[in-house]
Amino acid sequence: MIEYIPFIAVVTMIFIGLYAVLFRRNLIKIVIGITIIESGVNLFLIILGYREGGVAPIFTSLPAGTTYPAGMVLPVPQALTLTSIVIGVAVLALMLSLVMHIYRKYGTLDVRKIRRLKE
Amino acid sequence: MSGMSKIVKTSVNILFPLTMIFGLYVIAHGHLTPGGGFQGGAIVASGCAMIVVAYGSKWVFKQIKENRLATFESIGAVGFITVALLGLVFSTVFFGNFLAGSNLLFGTTPATGSTGADFNTGGVLPLMNFAVGVKVIAGLFVIVLVMAYASSVKEWDT
Amino acid sequence: MNNIDVLIEQSPALIIAIPLLGAFLMPLVSRINSTVRNIFGLLVLCLTGFFVGMLASDVLANGPRLYIFGAKDLAVPMVRILFEVDSMSIFMALITMVLAFIAMIYSWSFMKDHDGLDKYYTLVLLLITSTLGMELTGDIFNFFVFLEISCIASCALIAFWISEGEALEAAFKYIVVSAIGALFVLFAIGMLYAQYNALNIATLANVLKYTFLDKIILVLLVVVLGMKAGLVPMHMWLPDSYGRAPPSVTLIIMGATLASFYGVVRVIFTLYGNVLSTTMRFSIPLNVLVGWILITLAIISIIVGVAMALIQSDLMRLIGFSAVAEVGYMFLAIGAGIAALGTPYATTALHGGILHLLNDALDIGLLFLVAGAVYYVTKKRSLDDISGLARNMKYTTVFFIIGLLAVAGMPPLNGFASKFLIYESVYQLNPILSIVAILCSILMLAVFVKVFYAVFMGPELPAFKNVTEAPKSMLLAMGLVAALAIFIGLFPNLVIDALVKPAADALLNHAQYIGTVVGGI
Repeated sequence: MIEYIPFIAVVTMIFIGLYAVLFRRNLIKIVIGITIIESGVNLFLIILGYREGGVAPIFTSLPAGTTYPAGMVLPVPQALTLTSIVIGVAVLALMLSLVMHIYRKYGTLDVRKIRRLKE
Repeated sequence: MSGMSKIVKTSVNILFPLTMIFGLYVIAHGHLTPGGGFQGGAIVASGCAMIVVAYGSKWVFKQIKENRLATFESIGAVGFITVALLGLVFSTVFFGNFLAGSNLLFGTTPATGSTGADFNTGGVLPLMNFAVGVKVIAGLFVIVLVMAYASSVKEWDT
Repeated sequence: MNNIDVLIEQSPALIIAIPLLGAFLMPLVSRINSTVRNIFGLLVLCLTGFFVGMLASDVLANGPRLYIFGAKDLAVPMVRILFEVDSMSIFMALITMVLAFIAMIYSWSFMKDHDGLDKYYTLVLLLITSTLGMELTGDIFNFFVFLEISCIASCALIAFWISEGEALEAAFKYIVVSAIGALFVLFAIGMLYAQYNALNIATLANVLKYTFLDKIILVLLVVVLGMKAGLVPMHMWLPDSYGRAPPSVTLIIMGATLASFYGVVRVIFTLYGNVLSTTMRFSIPLNVLVGWILITLAIISIIVGVAMALIQSDLMRLIGFSAVAEVGYMFLAIGAGIAALGTPYATTALHGGILHLLNDALDIGLLFLVAGAVYYVTKKRSLDDISGLARNMKYTTVFFIIGLLAVAGMPPLNGFASKFLIYESVYQLNPILSIVAILCSILMLAVFVKVFYAVFMGPELPAFKNVTEAPKSMLLAMGLVAALAIFIGLFPNLVIDALVKPAADALLNHAQYIGTVVGGI
C-alpha cells in the first residue's frame, strides 16, 4: 500500500488543478491551476524511474560498492522531466504576459466579463 | 516599482556576486555533477531578479537596454546551433560529439566506474552548456525585467 | 554523384537546423534593414524547400529513410533520438513548405506597417521548424516537444494584434486548452515508457500488447491530437483563433493543425497497427470501433461547422467555421478507411482523405488570403459593413470565385477530386453518411455565395469609392495558390499517382516502418 502513495498524490494534484481551471473565475487562478497540473505530471515522470535502494545516476564519487547500472535509478525519466519543466516555464511566462495585457485592456480579471467572442 | 532601503541594497551588493559564481559553477560542471545549462542559468537569473527587486525596475531598465539583452540571447542560441552544425561537418552526424576522445579542448576520455571528476572530459557537452546557460540567463532576466517595468508604467505605448 | 548522396543523407537534420538557425539569427539580421530581413526570411525558406524536395525524390523512390542523431548506429537498447521519414511524412512536409512559402510572400506587404516585425518573423520561422519537426520525427517524446513549441509560437502569433481585446482573449483560450492537452499527452507518454522502456515509435509498435493501460493511452492521444486538429466537440478554440490572427499567420497555423491530424493518423495506423484486429467485447474488432467513433464525430463536425458558418457576420470567423467542416471531411475519410480495413474501398477512402489534406490547405488558405486582402483595403471585418468591392478589386474577386468553387467541390477545381473519392468510398460503407456529406457540401456553397454577394456585389458604399487593388505581393501569393488549385483540379491523377498512393501505402504498411528500425540493428 505504501508504494502507491506517490501515484495517489499525482492523481490528487491533477484533479485539484483541473478543478481550479474549470471552476474559478479569476484569470490568475486559472494559470495557477495549469501550473499545478504540470507539477503533478512532472512528479509522475520522476516516480517512474525509481528502483529499490538505488543511488543517483552520477559517476562522480559514487558510494563504494555500488554496481552500475543495476544499483542506480533510471536517468531517462529525469531528462524527460527537465525538458517538461523548461517548457512549463515558457508557457507560464506567455500566459502571464497575456493576462497583463488583458488587464490593461479591460480593467478586470473576471473571466465572465471578458468573454466578447460568444456565438 | 521603486527601490528598497539602503540595508537591502547593501546586502544584495554582497549576495549577487556569490549567486553569480555559484550559478556559473553549476553551468560549467554540468557534465560531472547535477546541473547544466538550464539549471545554472535559472540560478543566475534569480540573482538578477534580486537586483530588480532591490534597486527598482525603473532604474535597472534605464541602465540595461532591452536590445542588448536580446542580442545576448541570440548569441547564445546561435552558438548552440553552430556547435551542432560543426558536429555535422567534423563527424558527419548532426549533434555528433567530435571533441570526445581527441586531444583538443575537452577531449580526455574519462575512466570507467567511480571517477574523481576530471573537468577536461565531455567533448562538446560543456560548450553546449555554456551556450544554453547564456541564453537562459538573458531570456529569464528579460522576462522578469520587462514584466516588472510594465506593471509600474502608467501608460504603455503600444 | 557523391555530393548529392551526402546531401540527401544529411537532409532530415538540415531541414530542422536551417529554419532554426534562421529564427535565431533573425533579431541580429533585422537590425540592418527591413528589406534585408525579408530577403533573409525568403532565402531560409528556399533553402529548406530545396532540401525537402531532394529528400522527397529519394523517399518516394527508395522507401523510408532513417536519421540517427548523435552517432552512426543505434545503441542497444535504443536510447538515441531518430527521425524516420516515409512517404506520408514527406507529403505533409511538402504541404507545410508550400503554405510557409505563400505566407512569407503574403506577409511582405500585409504586415508592412507594424512595428515589432523582427519578433514576428522569428516566431514564424520557429512555427515552421516545429511543424516540420512534428512531421518528420520517429520518437514520440520528440513529437511532444515539437508540439509544445508549435503551441507556444502560434499562441504568440495569434495575439499579435494586441490593440484588439478579442485577439488576446482568443490567444488565452488557445494556450489554456493546448497546455492542458499537451500535459495529458505527456502523461500518456510516461505511461508508455513505464510499460515498455522505449520511446521510439517503431520499437513501441513492435512490442505493444493491448493491455488496459494501452486503452487509456489510445483514448488520451486521439482525443488531445483530435482537439488540436479541430474535431467537434473540442473545436471551440479554432474559430476564435483563426478569426482573430493576422491572415498570413492563419496559413501557417493551418499547417500546424494538419500536423496534429498527421499525429492522429500515425498513432492509429503505425503505433497501434499490430493490434488493430484484436477483438473487444461483443466481438467487435478494435478498428471497427475506433473507425465508427471517428466517423460519428466527423459527421457532427461537418454539420456543426456548416451550420455555424451560416449565421456568422464576421468574415474571418466564418471561414474558420468552414475550416472545422473541412477537417470533418478529412476525419470522415480516415474513419471510413480504419473501419473498413482490408477491403478495396478502404484504400480509396485513404486516398480521398490524404488528397483532401492538400486540397483543404490550398482552398481554405486562398479564402483566408482573400479575406486578409479585403481587411487590408477596407479595415473592416463584418459582412454588414462591406459592399460592392468588385468594381475596384477585380483580381481579388476572381480569386475568391476560384476559392469558393474549390471549397464547395465543383469540377474542374481540386475540391471535386478529393470529395468525389470520399463520397464514393463512404457510400459503400453506409449510404446515409454519404448523403449527409453531399448535403453539407451544397450548404457550404450556399454560405460562400452569400458571402460573395455581400462583399463583392451590391451597391457601392461612399466610404469605399477610392479603394485600390491589393498590393502586388499579396496578389502574387493568391495567384500562386489559385494556379495550384486549378492544376490539381485538371490533372488529379498526376498528383494521386506521384504523392498520394505512396503515402497511403506507407500508412497501411506498418511492417515496413517497424522493420526499418528494428530489423536494422
